[in-house]
Amino acid sequence: MSIIVNHLTYRYNPGTAMESTALDDINLKIEDGEFIGLIGHTGSGKSTLVQQLNGILKPTSGGVYVDGADISDEGYNLKKLRGEVGLVFQYPEHQLFETDVFSDVCFGPKNLGLSKKETELRAYEALKQVGIEDDYFYQSPFDLSGGQKRRVAIAGVLAMKPKVLILDEPTAGLDPKGRDELLEKLTAIRKDTGCTIILVSHSMEDVARYADRIVVMHKGKIAFDDTPSEVFKHRDELKEMGLGVPNITETMYELKAAGFPVSTDIITVDTAVKEILRAMGK
Amino acid sequence: MSIIQTDNLTFEYIRRDEEGNVEGITTAVDNVSLEINRGEFVAILGHNGSGKSTLAKHLNAILFPTEGTVFVDGKDTKEDANLWNVRETVGMVFQNPDNQIIGQVVEEDVGFGPENQGVPTEEIWQRMEESLKAVGMYEFRKKSPNRLSGGQKQRVSIAGVLAMHPKCIVLDEPTAMLDPIGRKEVIRAVRALNDVEKITAILITHYMDEIVHADKVIVMDKGKIAMAGTPREIFSQVDKLKALSLDVPQVTMCAHELKKAGLPIPDGILTNEELIKALKQCQ
Repeated sequence: MSIIVNHLTYRYNPGTAMESTALDDINLKIEDGEFIGLIGHTGSGKSTLVQQLNGILKPTSGGVYVDGADISDEGYNLKKLRGEVGLVFQYPEHQLFETDVFSDVCFGPKNLGLSKKETELRAYEALKQVGIEDDYFYQSPFDLSGGQKRRVAIAGVLAMKPKVLILDEPTAGLDPKGRDELLEKLTAIRKDTGCTIILVSHSMEDVARYADRIVVMHKGKIAFDDTPSEVFKHRDELKEMGLGVPNITETMYELKAAGFPVSTDIITVDTAVKEILRAMGK
Repeated sequence: MSIIQTDNLTFEYIRRDEEGNVEGITTAVDNVSLEINRGEFVAILGHNGSGKSTLAKHLNAILFPTEGTVFVDGKDTKEDANLWNVRETVGMVFQNPDNQIIGQVVEEDVGFGPENQGVPTEEIWQRMEESLKAVGMYEFRKKSPNRLSGGQKQRVSIAGVLAMHPKCIVLDEPTAMLDPIGRKEVIRAVRALNDVEKITAILITHYMDEIVHADKVIVMDKGKIAMAGTPREIFSQVDKLKALSLDVPQVTMCAHELKKAGLPIPDGILTNEELIKALKQCQ
């Protein structure tokens, strides 16, 4: 399912004294099965952009085309779109509401109008995908740990079998292991189902490690759109935007400045170790 | 002299079903004894559910021990008569800035705490000015909080606590929702309060790079203290931390791997400067 964002501009409160441009002439093409990291400081327009992608907000001008059709056209089936472009909000566990885990995950597919059998099958599959064991299915979602609740909430969206899965800071507040597990699960889900993943994140280390394309938003515009190693070459510009490079990349820059013959083109710890060993002649 | 002391602190949550019958008991904090000295910067680590937030909530009498005692500045938190005193001594900052800002204007929000304490109006203004300057937000005093970035809002929250003149400030994952620059701003503000104003700081976080400057690190697991020591002592034990669902800063991990590959690098490298120094000695 291809998504094309074409000259998209969005203004909050147009025509009033409070008017502000949140998105300014955005052009973006998202291909099947990509893992995109979407970064930008608070207020850069990331969340506004993802809300355009499943029609929660409507463009002021320009448009979003999904499989060639303009989603703001009258008569466009937005309900179907929202099943296909699944959006996991920040702190999705705050939206859990059912009496048990399994019913909560069934809510999405049930609303798509699927049969009871199909709904339950999908809920089961989704819970397995996020690694929730059978023992928890009939517990209250409120008795689970923070990381488990987060995964149940994500399962609720997965059960709708989205072709594009957008997650807004899914690892905020999770401990390092919970964070790694969730990101590994997302990578596995993408491999199994071929779905596209858009990860909105404040962690440069996470997008460096998991995404294969990074889109950087700044003041409502796209500042960079490239592979992680290319994007993180713009260290100074990223710092000016309130972002930065992964800590390990910063380490490499400082090593180089101190006279070590190392490349600064490094974004993960594994490659950094190899590069330092090479430079040290080992 | 200790500002906070817990003696065999245990806290149990009682889970009840709809009819109010006891379903089970969860021990969130299990027999914890610790002492935090005046002016220290202490970081508390631990995976989700390890009991660190429950412990923190005992420090300003939001929760009370099921067993054991918590002393804040020598006062038992369980005594009713000490309640306000305890809460004035220890201020808390939480994760989500949007849940703790109530004023329409920044200065009004910061003045709310001291006003409730019955501080005279003149002094409220003075405290407001001092606290906002301490976190670098004075120039924003006339702004509406909802026009600020996450890092700025969180610094306003900290100023709000500061204006009550606490001796100790507890921050429960204050940077979890912030972008990189916001995180740096908040941590810089906390370190300045600790260094300059000598306020005891207790920082709970999942970001390992935020605690390399702490005086002491406490690692919680299953309600107990699993490890305690200086950042260097703690981060020297990479494998043990990983087993506790935690992590080490990327530079520490890199140094650890280099050592495993045969370079003579000491354990517990915490900063880029230390790595550079160690590598120079290898040459």
